[in-house]
Amino acid sequence: MENTSQTHLINVTVNGHPERRPVQPRQHLIDFLRDDLGLKGSHVGCEHGVCGACTVRLDGKIVRGCLVLAVQADRKRVDTIEGLTQSGAAQALQAAFVRRNALQCGFCTPGMLAAALELVETKPSATRTEVREWISGNYCRCTGYQAIVDAICDVLASSPEVAK
Amino acid sequence: MKAPAFDYVKPHSLAEVFPLLQQYGDEARLLAGGQTLLATLNMRLSEPSVLVDLSAITELRGLTLAGAMLRIGAMVTHSEIEASALVAQHAPLLPLAAPHIAHRAIRNLGTLGGSIAYADPAAEWPTCLLALDGVVVAKSATGERRIRADDFFVDLYTTTLLPGEIIVACEFPVASANHWCDFDELARRHGDYAIVGLAGAGQRSENTLAQVRLVFLGLGATPLRALQAEGVVKSQPLTASLINQAVAALKNELSAVGDLTSDAATKMHLAGVLLKRMLMKQMQSKNA
Amino acid sequence: MKTLAPATEQARYIGQSLARPNALRLAEGRGTYVDDIELPRMVHVVYWRSPVAHAHIVKIDASFARMMPGVVAVVDGPQMAKICKPWVATLTHLAGMKSAPQYPLAMDRACWQGEPVVAVVANTRVEAEDALQYLVVEWEALPALIETETALDAGSIVIHPQLGDNLCFTRSLDTGGVDAAFASADAVAEVTFQFGRHTGVTLEPRCQISDYNPSEKRLTVHHSQQAPHMMQDLYSRQFGIPESQIRVICKDVGGSFGIKVHAYPDDFATVALSVLLERPVKFVTDRLESFTSDIHARQHRVTGRIAANKSGEILAFEIDDLTGIGPYSMFPRTSAIEGNQVVNLVGGPYRHQQYRAKLNVVFQNKAPTCQYRGVGHPIACAVTEGLVDAIAQKLAIDPLVIRQQNVIRDDAYPMTATSGIKLEGLSHQQCLDKIAVMMDYPALRAEQAALQKRGIYRGIGIAALIELTNPSAAFYGVGGARISAQDGATIRLEPTGAITVMVGVGEQGQGTEAIFAQIAADAVGVSMELVRVVTGDTDVTPYGGGTWASRGAGIGGEAVLQAGLALQKNIVGVASVILKRDVSEIALVNDAIVEISSGQSLMPLAELGRVAYFRPDSLPAGFNAELMVTRHYAQRDYPFIFTNGVQASLVEVDVDTGFVKLLKHWVVEDCGRVINPMLVDEQMRGAVVQGIGGALFEECLYDDAGLLQNGNMADYLVPMAAEMPDIEVAHVETPTKTSKLGAKGAGEAGTAGAPAAIMNAINDALSPFNTTVYSQPITPQKILRALGKV
Repeated sequence: MENTSQTHLINVTVNGHPERRPVQPRQHLIDFLRDDLGLKGSHVGCEHGVCGACTVRLDGKIVRGCLVLAVQADRKRVDTIEGLTQSGAAQALQAAFVRRNALQCGFCTPGMLAAALELVETKPSATRTEVREWISGNYCRCTGYQAIVDAICDVLASSPEVAK
Repeated sequence: MKAPAFDYVKPHSLAEVFPLLQQYGDEARLLAGGQTLLATLNMRLSEPSVLVDLSAITELRGLTLAGAMLRIGAMVTHSEIEASALVAQHAPLLPLAAPHIAHRAIRNLGTLGGSIAYADPAAEWPTCLLALDGVVVAKSATGERRIRADDFFVDLYTTTLLPGEIIVACEFPVASANHWCDFDELARRHGDYAIVGLAGAGQRSENTLAQVRLVFLGLGATPLRALQAEGVVKSQPLTASLINQAVAALKNELSAVGDLTSDAATKMHLAGVLLKRMLMKQMQSKNA
Repeated sequence: MKTLAPATEQARYIGQSLARPNALRLAEGRGTYVDDIELPRMVHVVYWRSPVAHAHIVKIDASFARMMPGVVAVVDGPQMAKICKPWVATLTHLAGMKSAPQYPLAMDRACWQGEPVVAVVANTRVEAEDALQYLVVEWEALPALIETETALDAGSIVIHPQLGDNLCFTRSLDTGGVDAAFASADAVAEVTFQFGRHTGVTLEPRCQISDYNPSEKRLTVHHSQQAPHMMQDLYSRQFGIPESQIRVICKDVGGSFGIKVHAYPDDFATVALSVLLERPVKFVTDRLESFTSDIHARQHRVTGRIAANKSGEILAFEIDDLTGIGPYSMFPRTSAIEGNQVVNLVGGPYRHQQYRAKLNVVFQNKAPTCQYRGVGHPIACAVTEGLVDAIAQKLAIDPLVIRQQNVIRDDAYPMTATSGIKLEGLSHQQCLDKIAVMMDYPALRAEQAALQKRGIYRGIGIAALIELTNPSAAFYGVGGARISAQDGATIRLEPTGAITVMVGVGEQGQGTEAIFAQIAADAVGVSMELVRVVTGDTDVTPYGGGTWASRGAGIGGEAVLQAGLALQKNIVGVASVILKRDVSEIALVNDAIVEISSGQSLMPLAELGRVAYFRPDSLPAGFNAELMVTRHYAQRDYPFIFTNGVQASLVEVDVDTGFVKLLKHWVVEDCGRVINPMLVDEQMRGAVVQGIGGALFEECLYDDAGLLQNGNMADYLVPMAAEMPDIEVAHVETPTKTSKLGAKGAGEAGTAGAPAAIMNAINDALSPFNTTVYSQPITPQKILRALGKV
């Protein structure tokens, strides 16, 4: 009945800052970010890997924060909405989301932005259909998705790679 | 919910893994990409005492051409397979199937080995492995074993992997010049587990398919080969009536297990539609 | 298109598509949702919930759970009942309605899978969940009533024996000549519609932090909720705490849709724990438990008939609605409203003279149902519009034409519709004409016919609708529910010339705060950058009902407008004193006092603020600068202000697979004055997508024992981006004359019309096969069965 699991010390770079923290093996990354580091911008929507609200970047790639253990992030780099905001990486998307009213309650938005950012970075010539498919792992209950698709398409259209 | 408590170890070589499996037996779970395991742990559906993280073991990585086989390490992710030029050239079925696997954030962590070991009958990789007549390479403390996909998937989430064995890679026969393959599935939402899906592979010559393998996902307890349907189309020029015969054979030989919104009859009907469409597409592309 | 006269003399912001001032904060991850809040000494509660549909609780053994690390308390129903009164959720204006007393935690019997029974409180959520596994609850399964169809049978168990039967509410409506109308009609169509039970699935689960301070005897509740004052009142009454000692704070709410407008048993339980433990208690619904503890909605079986003449004139509607609502009527709005709305709304857009309706609302051992976005509208609209298409097909009349022929004429208002609802002013004719142009209806029909020859089966579905918005006290207040029909706004001029606007209606993402800022800026005469809006705090804002029934813009917005105009008048009065000019010569325009005749700026607002606040000594004796104004607004002229609209859907049905591809969706909506078109458009789209969810994907699937089979995000299918169509939205503006602003609600009409439009489009596509599907959600299997393929 006792919780016998040992604590692990992890070194993880979160939003550019090195963190050295003890974690329980069972703690998932999103709880670590929210509870231990106070980074509340990533949200917990389902804790079974479906809704996408906890999407963050692990070593530059989007992952579900509830399907990664904090201990797995040891010696890795994690970027959350707070870091993507501060670095300016998400700035164009954020501006487009605001301009297009691509968020309502905002609970899905940090995860949605992280997902959209990977699309913009890896598939700059994505079509509207591809945008819809790409974000279909991120659930939004408020918008009709159209404003989100419009906002991402705006950023894709203004991306220099497409102009080439 | 939060996962129950467990310990965590991260070995750096296979040699370190085997004693752990020996020591913990059923109480240990191998953590590959974790995209299924961690979801089930968060639901407290199982309570392992230790997770063995395989991510630091270089022997489980890598995409290499080894003679007539394309070898994909167990810890290669779905995204890596999807993006690999080597895979596109030598096992083109895989990039056709990859976009159907959940969503990008899942594909970035989920692994080939994890999917094969979990053996979900609705998953894409077990179906593709079977369609391509692939081989599971398993290792244990006592040595390496190569298991044909035909002999690997035995029941729901059940394989012939033995206690103490771990999948190190899968090998796929390299596509020949006349290789044919196709993949399609019917999912109500993009990225969901499909109601039914079909992977087809074989050799193509004009309008004729040879050594054809037709494997369905989502129908039964394992990915299912339609052997009789394969027999109907094998080495015969594709015609509308041959295709209808193949569909009839399929419905004769396989039976489905229904899910929450599609019963067995619906699944079998849809399996027939997928087969017919895949073969018609092939026939029409040759006639064009 | 004719444009409306502006609502205010200065019309800089109202009517403009402006970005929401509070959106960037959320896009940068700087929102404050309840789960983001951490308080000193806060503990976490999880609930042991009934694992079965109906059970006698024999014994609770918490001894092992209490030994688990971090556990603070384990509390059961009888312990909690000592400090929290039970409730019975009925409304007196729903005659004969009955329900049974309900407690925060089940006392000795659980009546649905998911009913909370025992609370386990620990220092962390993880510890509470760990301890929950060691709680031993001994229970005996009782026979359960699952099917609505057998709920009233003599042989069925009665869930609450003291009520005598399982009938919560019944209602009949009959205009008297229905049988004669059907007997004389040239054509009659009858259809039985099935609607699957579904649920809201807010992305942020229900959650609250209850914080009781025994020194002050004061309760603060941080709540993800739509109606803070309603919760304040309920906590006050159930716990016997004066309402002035209760503060309910709703900061950012991660989606609500009606799911968060109810008072749940676990809400009271969490407050009770905070009172008992004298420290803050956080409760966040786990996603798996939200599927069995959030309200469900929309489980209806409706048999409907329609009668018409050869010419296409609709003569009569008749419906028989059976709906199952779970074991208790939900507190405090009750679970009979949805069915009652169906009775009120069927046939709503049309001119028929005869109508008969029968409604039975029955208890069952499933999760309680209650008001969810659209409340009865999606059912009523699908029934009405399904019947209209059915009769149109019998008469070989085009679906658009039969609607144009039968809708209430735009010049016929105000009028009372056949069901008895009062309609102030609608625009069905304009809306139908507009959508026909938008979608290029003739071309679409031609394309449909051409494609059909090639074996491609497309369908076009149209749905006209009405939606009740801006409710008066007729909704709840007259029935005894203490839910404010009135809302208030307070606006304060700050010394710098900025204004602060405090409103009883809150923000849940609709853009409420943005439109309040637009209205306030125009009403006062200041730039929007100078407006700060504060909502969601019972300590701060005027008393009000909150956000539901599409009342935010129409009721809250009018209060803001009136407060703004009053403040502007006061400011001009102050300026008149400072400048020694008559009030008729000066005005407040663009942040400054100007001379009307020349337009010349006389004094910036900041200067006025400086003088008024810091140099009142320079003003005449006895003069007070009243620079904070409160105005309230309640809509009293009609029970509801109805809106109307029309939707159209273009689908392609794969007749081999039964899969439906949504190609395009059109909406024409008349919500009166549109304050911010961009926000209304995406509101509309979001609501359409929720409607599509019900039409094609979403259903709470129960087995024969009353256990939910798909209570997780993977198996309960909410619409995702890939399958959704582009949705084109246009507006007709018929402002309500009941307010100066003229705004009606817009939040729910999308959900109301989409299921009907989609269903009609699918049946249109299936028409070459002489088959139909009237059971929602319309799954591939249902289509294949209709086609006889499985």
